[in-house]
Amino acid sequence: MLARIWALVIKEFLALLRDKKSRFVLIGPPIIQLLVFGYAATYDLSHIPYAVYNQDSGFASRQLLGEFQGSTAFKQVATIENEGQIAPLINNEKVLLVLNIGPHFTRDLLMHHPTPLQVIINGRNSNTATLALNYVNTVLMHFDVRWAQEHHWGRPPAQLVVRSWFNPNLLSRWFIVPGIVALLVLVVTLLVTGLSVAREREQGTFDQLLVTPMRPVEILLGKAIPGFVIGALEGLFIVLVAVFWFQVPFVGSILALILGLALFLMAAVGIGLMISSLSVTQQQGLLGVFIFLVPAIILSGFATPIANMPEVVQYLTYLNPMRYFLVIVRGVFLEGDNIPMLLPQYWPLAIIALCSMAAAAWLFRHRMQ
Amino acid sequence: MNLQRLRGLIRKEFIQILRDPSAIAIAFVLPVFLLFLFGYGVSLDARHIPIAVVVDQPTAETSAFVGGLQHSPYFTPEIYGSLHQAREAVMDRKADGIVWLRADFSRQVIQGKTAPIGVLVNGVDANNARIMEGYMQGVWQNWLQQRALNAGKPLIIPINAEPRIWFNPALRSRDFLVPGLIAVIMTLIGALLTALVVAREWERGTMEALMATPVTMAEILLGKLIPYFIMGMGGLLLSVALAVWLFAVPLVGSFWVLLVCSALFLLAALGMGLLISSAARNQFVAGQIAIIVTFLPAFILSGFIFDIQSMPAPIRLVTHIVAARYFVSILQTVFLVGDVWSIILWNSLALLLMALFFLGVTWRRSRKRLD
Repeated sequence: MLARIWALVIKEFLALLRDKKSRFVLIGPPIIQLLVFGYAATYDLSHIPYAVYNQDSGFASRQLLGEFQGSTAFKQVATIENEGQIAPLINNEKVLLVLNIGPHFTRDLLMHHPTPLQVIINGRNSNTATLALNYVNTVLMHFDVRWAQEHHWGRPPAQLVVRSWFNPNLLSRWFIVPGIVALLVLVVTLLVTGLSVAREREQGTFDQLLVTPMRPVEILLGKAIPGFVIGALEGLFIVLVAVFWFQVPFVGSILALILGLALFLMAAVGIGLMISSLSVTQQQGLLGVFIFLVPAIILSGFATPIANMPEVVQYLTYLNPMRYFLVIVRGVFLEGDNIPMLLPQYWPLAIIALCSMAAAAWLFRHRMQ
Repeated sequence: MNLQRLRGLIRKEFIQILRDPSAIAIAFVLPVFLLFLFGYGVSLDARHIPIAVVVDQPTAETSAFVGGLQHSPYFTPEIYGSLHQAREAVMDRKADGIVWLRADFSRQVIQGKTAPIGVLVNGVDANNARIMEGYMQGVWQNWLQQRALNAGKPLIIPINAEPRIWFNPALRSRDFLVPGLIAVIMTLIGALLTALVVAREWERGTMEALMATPVTMAEILLGKLIPYFIMGMGGLLLSVALAVWLFAVPLVGSFWVLLVCSALFLLAALGMGLLISSAARNQFVAGQIAIIVTFLPAFILSGFIFDIQSMPAPIRLVTHIVAARYFVSILQTVFLVGDVWSIILWNSLALLLMALFFLGVTWRRSRKRLD
């Protein structure tokens, strides 16, 4: 039996890697995407383009604007002379925000009157707007503390002292790059398995397989193993790039990650084969892959937190293997998790893996006729 | 070009579509399914963030601050007896952060010293942590304001940001996510519809049969393009209708501008699918390429979620080859801002060039030859 499976695995690998195009598709894009997405996918803002409309001629406004100019998060691109210039700048996306300083800014401050700083923000992307406002507030806080000290405003009764665990500088890359590990492993596994049965069916070679002495389970294993092996190799490679190229700290147990990766791959292979055995043509297989892949990524917590989703959708995410694997990857990378700490993630993954494999086997047999 | 032959080819394509209804599912079921899922599922608006509160010595001062936390719509505070327990709660992912008021908090506040309010956040999800930090600042400022008001003293914060958020004053993330999603979904539909259709003819040998007829290559390609263009536009109209009526995203700009830009984008997306299909000549590889080059680039590099301005310069350059980037910009502008011509025209021009490029390359590569 082992020899038969082995032969099938070799046949599958040959089919997957037989020509240059097929080989490249499996190896090139994931690496390119890892590098591009690793740099692209960040919520941290830098060089926020802003314009200044300063109606005040005093030194306080100059001092405040100096703080903005000194910050790497901001980049001044325009100075405005009248109110009418604000709208075109924001409508045309030339600036993300406009700092509007009123005419009595310095005078009010010197008279110890709290003064507003109007911040007009392009709200097209509400997340970017929220973050940009947070950045503005951070600059203002620094200014406020200094101004209050230098001009005897008295001290605030209490001050926030914020510290963050696991990611002291709150670099969102540390959060996203481990997520990309999960993302690309899922994509590669589906690439290998999602269309494989459908292809044989469409080309008629499936019938040839069926007349061999191989049992359905053996055929299925022959299809599953290449997906698992390719997914595992690329997954480990991506982990190495995350650690050594993107310098994401890796503080947890490597065994915990490998166990998680193995379970996740089994779940993904199972789902890929399920889609594949369900579809008669490759077009249907491709549709099936997208119908699974897109929600699996969107509802995994990769880019938007699961906690923000409506409750019904949150329950739906319990079916999503990527949800658990993301917790495992991020936990192992950043929080130093080990196997016992991740047990609550392992067992649902194992159940999903078992169910999807079983379902794939069942579909495989029942769709044979 | 012969119209009658073209019509024949289009009819053939429609018959094929009806036979394997997965194309109809792609054009009409997929967008509805995805919009529902995303429209309800994806949100960046954090509400009710679970937070552990540790008060070493409860007094009137501390309960005023904790009360502020309880009243904030952004936090769901829970009191823990000790810092140790709160830490455990964060480790078990029951809380996203800790607020710690030390034993001498009230004494320092009353004596006019500045008491530290310890805020420990779980920084793994850095974006969430930053947003949380911002909300925490709001709670703190409210508390200061309330104290100043009660004591009849002036506020000690010299400058306060007074935000004016245009186009989306309530900061509903759905309003920018849903238009962006339309771009992502249309990228999928465009490529999915056409990615396999030419490869299928090659693989099944029917391309050879087509070539034996007097039809020209341009007619074959148009015969593939037109049916799927019609279906794609149908899917698009459905998505826009859902966005406006179901998700109540305001459509400030004009519908016709949206329609024309969408048509351009769809041509680019279908063109990309056709190029993949005729370059691969093999459905398996074409399908794999379609999976790789459509969803993730449109999701990550289009500015749909991640801000393009903040990406490093080389990556910003890469985003220019993603058609969805231009469409996202148009959609967000037309939906939320209105007809801002400088944005619409430049992005439409880019889409037009991409469509011409993809279709042109496909046409040039497809000769009536069998090798």
